[in-house]
Amino acid sequence: MVNLGTNSGALERVREFETAKGVAEPKTVLSASRSGLGLVFWLSFGWVAFMILLAIFASLLPLKNPNFQDYTAVNIGPSVHHLLGTDDLGRDLLARIIFGSRVSLIIGFASVGLALLVGGFFGLLAGYRGGWVDSILNAGSLVVLAFPALLAILVIEAFWTPRTLLKLTIIFAVAGAPSLFRVIRATTLSFATREFVVAARTMGATTRRIIFRELLPNVIPAAVSFALIGVAVAIILEGSLAFLGLSISLPTASLGNIINEGVQNNNLQLNAFIALWPSLYIFILLTALNLMADRLRTRFDVRAGNL
Amino acid sequence: MSRYIGARVVQLVFIIFFISIVAFLLVHLLPGDPTISILGPNDTAQARVELLKQLGLNKSLPLQYWTWISNVFHGNLGISFLTHQTVSNAIGVAFPIDLELIIVSQILAFIVSIPLALIAALRPNRIFDRIATTSTYAMLAVPTFVVAVILVLLVAVKIHIFPATGFNPIGQGLGSNLKSVLLPSISLAVGSVAIYYRLLRADMIATLQEDFITMARAKGLSTPYILLRHALRPSSFALLAGAGLSIGSLFTGAFVVEILFQLPGIGFQLIQAINSRDYLVVQGMALVAAVAYVVINFGVDVLFTFLDPRVRRG
Repeated sequence: MVNLGTNSGALERVREFETAKGVAEPKTVLSASRSGLGLVFWLSFGWVAFMILLAIFASLLPLKNPNFQDYTAVNIGPSVHHLLGTDDLGRDLLARIIFGSRVSLIIGFASVGLALLVGGFFGLLAGYRGGWVDSILNAGSLVVLAFPALLAILVIEAFWTPRTLLKLTIIFAVAGAPSLFRVIRATTLSFATREFVVAARTMGATTRRIIFRELLPNVIPAAVSFALIGVAVAIILEGSLAFLGLSISLPTASLGNIINEGVQNNNLQLNAFIALWPSLYIFILLTALNLMADRLRTRFDVRAGNL
Repeated sequence: MSRYIGARVVQLVFIIFFISIVAFLLVHLLPGDPTISILGPNDTAQARVELLKQLGLNKSLPLQYWTWISNVFHGNLGISFLTHQTVSNAIGVAFPIDLELIIVSQILAFIVSIPLALIAALRPNRIFDRIATTSTYAMLAVPTFVVAVILVLLVAVKIHIFPATGFNPIGQGLGSNLKSVLLPSISLAVGSVAIYYRLLRADMIATLQEDFITMARAKGLSTPYILLRHALRPSSFALLAGAGLSIGSLFTGAFVVEILFQLPGIGFQLIQAINSRDYLVVQGMALVAAVAYVVINFGVDVLFTFLDPRVRRG
């Protein structure tokens, strides 16, 4: 994820550096001391799951219509009627945020899922088979990773109009697949020469069986940990694009475009809540995703290897 | 070493070629008649013919690419149909703003992260270190646009110390110029602080266990003196490497910041061009920015190969 305009990839380099220097990873105020995934992981997991459920069942919940403009209740603060208040057009902010989170969550999870499928398949293949397959895929992934992804996505979106959820998901998946490919390839490489794989091959197991029954289960923890960071990166990216007015077209609410509306036309002065609530939502969601990924990584001792 | 650099040069050339192909093909993604998309429906027939000639759209695809790339090599990246300014001119005006933003943000990041790392490294995993580490985790999790919004809210809207948006060129005085880039630079610096803190902290912890530090302590030198004069310099290589490696992502990170603060840098111009469907400007700027990004990353890579032979193996 080195070039997605965020720092998650840089953190991985920092960890490699710390390992090289023989310095233990720093502890936080929350660091779990015992084995197992710890309370922090399950709290984060619970929060993310809760947010996903809210987004899925948004239309069944007793929420107001996110696009209904009530001109008698413009810019009011949090109250019993509107738990998070209303925006400058009198729309209920709680409803807008929950419906808006659908865009972020769908793009985040769908694009990374797609990238995981493609990157994972080729990563397993390249890591296990090696040879020219590996050389070509590796060179290809390096070329894509050398691209400034934010720039590429911006420009492709500018030309590939109109912008739909599907197109955005595909663009994000293409941008994310090479990093997941490299992680899974590196992890596969570290398992491919282990005894149990050699034993399986000696017993005459097919390549397909070795890849799916021997290697895949061992690669999954690393893949999931990196995929979670990938989801966080995709959500940041979608938010940034929506903030720039280049995500899904209006009036569909998304977290980024609510923030964008919140900073326009003096809205920050008049009603800071419009920008504040979705910012807070994104911050908590991303922290939860990062903490989950971090605990999984520590628990299963996942290393990026020679990324 | 020369073999490594040779391989990287080949890779660089290949990537730049690939970028040019993608940038070239972008025009083909446009829906309908590209001359109408690019010039708008109201332009003259003569301008259309002119544009068709420049894009070479009536020829075969490889020939079109050839026409386009030779124009690019002659410095002709196209002309904005809105401002009738050449794209290369617009880039020349915008780029210094990005540069200033990056430089100021990096200075700020160093000013904050170096003292934090020095104090944390003295007593690793004690309370100060834990709090600092936790807050850097949080810094990594917040997207730049959220930091920017909260900063504007706190500093520019609630207490009117800084102008919320806009850019004052250096010509209007250094003070007002710095004032207009300070908030954007802080938003950009937040992510860097977290990374630099972790890098320097790890390096310092390792350095502080070396014999020459014990020696310095035995001589009775004060802790601040040891940290600053003995330990900091041998520990700062990773920090500088980290700074070099993040130039690329700062460059694209600056885009978002420029929009919020209305700084007319490359990112701002690019988004404006996208919103006004000024496609040739988008194409030209994207091409230049992508090539600059790749070349800068290449330069930093090669530089560190010279400085640290271990990189070659990595």
